[in-house]
Amino acid sequence: MSIFKKIITALRGGASEAGEAIVDANATRIFAQEIRDAENHLTKAKRDLTDIMAKQMQAQRELDRINNSITEHEGYATSALNQGNEALALEVAEKIASLEVELSEQKQSFDRYNDNATRLKELVKNTERQLADHQRQLSMVQTTESVQKATAAITDNFNNSNSKLLDAKQSLERIKAKQQNFDDRLKASEQLADENSDQSLKNKLAEAGIGEAQSNASSVLDRLKAKQS
Amino acid sequence: MNIHQIANHLNELGDKSDTGFFFDSVPIAGEVDVLQVTIVGREELPIFVSVTDDQILCIAYLWGENEVKESTRSEMLEAMVEMNIPMPLSSFSKIDDKYVIFGALSVSSSLHDVEHELAVLSDNSLEVINEMGDYLV
Repeated sequence: MSIFKKIITALRGGASEAGEAIVDANATRIFAQEIRDAENHLTKAKRDLTDIMAKQMQAQRELDRINNSITEHEGYATSALNQGNEALALEVAEKIASLEVELSEQKQSFDRYNDNATRLKELVKNTERQLADHQRQLSMVQTTESVQKATAAITDNFNNSNSKLLDAKQSLERIKAKQQNFDDRLKASEQLADENSDQSLKNKLAEAGIGEAQSNASSVLDRLKAKQS
Repeated sequence: MNIHQIANHLNELGDKSDTGFFFDSVPIAGEVDVLQVTIVGREELPIFVSVTDDQILCIAYLWGENEVKESTRSEMLEAMVEMNIPMPLSSFSKIDDKYVIFGALSVSSSLHDVEHELAVLSDNSLEVINEMGDYLV
């Protein structure tokens, strides 16, 4: 069963409530060990690949050398033939023949290294992919377990502190109320600031004798006198 | 990255966070380290942060199965699945019988990224409860 399926089955089955592990601890350990083994294999495969590729390069150089040598000797043989020196030409031709044998042997080992390198590259690629997949799966298990443990810690903490999680709507209402409070306070302080600046303007106007006339004793007396008459 | 680095960062931040929030964080002891992060003014909806080998998980609890109106439950679930992509940085999930909203970050994220994640997660959780209140009793 895939890890994904295992986690879903365990969660749906309420394994988390019973505090059961999603995948038993031993299986997780074995899985982690498999990942370490795969990492070791990968390191070794990469080292082998480096060796093979080095040998492949050597073989390629050897092939080039023999090919050059053949071309060179073919030139010699042609020159010998042009000079009418059949015996020398034959001797060179024998040399070419032996070079060609060497070439085909070298070609075989080059092909062998080439095949090996291709196979190893494929292996490295597959192992890397598999390793990434294993790591992803292990991470799923570990995350699920970590979330369960975290949930247990959170629940314990709430139980111990005697505070309980409010229901969602209550929480929202309280937060909104606090926000409203905050907004109201902000508005109130803005109003206060406005009023203060209003007042200071009025004071300045009064000092300059502009605006509403201040009531004073003589003006009150004048008003009373006016009523009597 | 571990929860203590996150806690130190958030607690030293004070009112200097460019998210405009004031964070408070308290580690919770347990088999795994969990950090309870609250935003001042939003204490009712704390965010829980835990760090695993490869990711930082930030989780906010939304509501329990017992708060869901049975008659529109599947409609609610569908709405949640559909909102998963449009909702910035956060996704829906369920832990035991509680619906949650969460964000996961790489362990190589910066503390600033974590701070941003927490602010967005908190905004998202408020908005989700506000907008999906009709599905709740």
